[in-house]
Amino acid sequence: MAVAASGTGASGGGLRRLRWSALKRNAKLWRGAAAIALTLVLWECGSRASQQLGMQLPFIGLIPPPTAVLAAWAEVIPQFGYWESWYLSFKRVLAGFLSAMVVGIPFGLLLAVSRYCREIFFPPFEVLRPIPPLAWVPASLIFWPTNELSIAFVTFLGAFFTIVINVLGGARSIDIRLLRAAQSMGATKWDMFWRIVLPASLPSIFTGAAVGMGITWEVVLAAEMISGGGTQGGGGLGFFIWNSYMGGSLEQIVVGMFSIGIAGYLSSSAIRYLGDRCMPWRRLF
Amino acid sequence: MKPETTAAGAPTSASGKGRIELQHVSKGYGEAWERQEVVSDVSLEIAPGKLTAVVGPSGCGKSTLVNLVAGFESPESGRILLNGRPVGGPSHERMVVFQETALMPWLTTYQNIVFGPRIRGDMPKKALHEEAVKLLDKVGLSEFKDKYPIQLSGGMQRRAELARAIINRPKLLIMDEPFRGLDAMTRELMQEFFLRLFEENRRTNLFVTSEIEEAIILADHLVILSNRPARVREVIDIDLPRPREFAMLGSREAYQYKRAALELLHEEAMKSFSEQQSVQAGLIEAISSRGS
Repeated sequence: MAVAASGTGASGGGLRRLRWSALKRNAKLWRGAAAIALTLVLWECGSRASQQLGMQLPFIGLIPPPTAVLAAWAEVIPQFGYWESWYLSFKRVLAGFLSAMVVGIPFGLLLAVSRYCREIFFPPFEVLRPIPPLAWVPASLIFWPTNELSIAFVTFLGAFFTIVINVLGGARSIDIRLLRAAQSMGATKWDMFWRIVLPASLPSIFTGAAVGMGITWEVVLAAEMISGGGTQGGGGLGFFIWNSYMGGSLEQIVVGMFSIGIAGYLSSSAIRYLGDRCMPWRRLF
Repeated sequence: MKPETTAAGAPTSASGKGRIELQHVSKGYGEAWERQEVVSDVSLEIAPGKLTAVVGPSGCGKSTLVNLVAGFESPESGRILLNGRPVGGPSHERMVVFQETALMPWLTTYQNIVFGPRIRGDMPKKALHEEAVKLLDKVGLSEFKDKYPIQLSGGMQRRAELARAIINRPKLLIMDEPFRGLDAMTRELMQEFFLRLFEENRRTNLFVTSEIEEAIILADHLVILSNRPARVREVIDIDLPRPREFAMLGSREAYQYKRAALELLHEEAMKSFSEQQSVQAGLIEAISSRGS
């Protein structure tokens, strides 16, 4: 009551409470930032300790400190080659990923809906699925006319199997009561597919996409390291790291690794964002 | 509650009153040598405008009976007639309210309710909207019409599902343990709500449950099924006056119904129990004789 009587006191308290609640609302953000800052400080001290102690700390002593990495980063950022690496890798990832989605989602749904198709296509699919994408590299280099196309094909395969198996699993595990309720209400086969099977499969489609995207990045980078920097099928962030390694620049290797980390984060954020937009009923909790 | 009317203004009373007859219906699963009969020679009449409750020991084939009447499965022998015509596959003439919830998770309450008429296209848009708004009001979900099922409580989900079934104007409403999984308080509120809903329009109703008291307070006829394979063990006519009140469960008559029903159910349950015991005893004997 006393606080309420003095106007300034009340508004001051209110303001303080407001700031405090805003801070609390962002607590997740702050904690994240603090954790990253702490990691950087420990890393910096760890890798610089050799100068003070006179001896190198194991592991961490070999890694360039974050300040040196940042300096190297600042050096490559104005360079055209660095951004070309980003562009080339992203282009390959998107090509492989999108083609895998375009082919994989309908194929997975077809297998789920039609028993006939499942019996014909599933056995060969299951034999091919366990083959790691990189084991396809030699065969695809021989089969496809250009290096670029073989990389695209291998990337496609990496995401394709994961997407198909996720879509198939999701569409096959739809609650039978939903199907029956729709049947009772007079749904045609067309309605069943577009109004029940497809929306019910969306969550697993996006799970497949997220996992597939991760695999695509792995495959693209590995392929870029193998193929080296040529006129064809070369370049990219994978080659950037390989090149830094050949040139003996430890700082640039770390720059390349973090660039991939950021690229992967951007890709999976994009998928999460799309998933939230397509499935509003799923982001309520 | 406001009386329900169609969009045209005429009472819906005529639409909800089908007569269902099951004539010597049997259903089993598996090939001949390992066939398991689940429903055996069930003959039953579900009278128009009456609520017929079906109770039986757990696992006795109640759900199969629901699937047969709804048309999700077809009987191996016997016939199921709706107003004298044999029933085919699933149809909105026989709507099911499922156990737990079977609302489409990706549709809002409103979209769920209008789903049936919308895909069939058998109702003018404006009339459908008016009917949906009316039903939302009736089940007390007007404020929640744009929420997704996951945002509704268990009781709200059941009411939404009731509305989704009713809007299709079924000749028979089939309820398959509709209030299972609700907490005791919500369950009682839902029973009371459903009782009022039924007594207002008297839609023919097949109500499958495993709760005796629920069956007695709701039903006109109480069908007691035998242990698996399900046969009709007895039909008890419940002559409690309508409108029913929950207080009637304390009456002498209700008590007698309950006693009679429990006795029959207990007998059937014991049968299944002793069957299992004899199977177990046989198994133990077989194993021990092998050892000696």
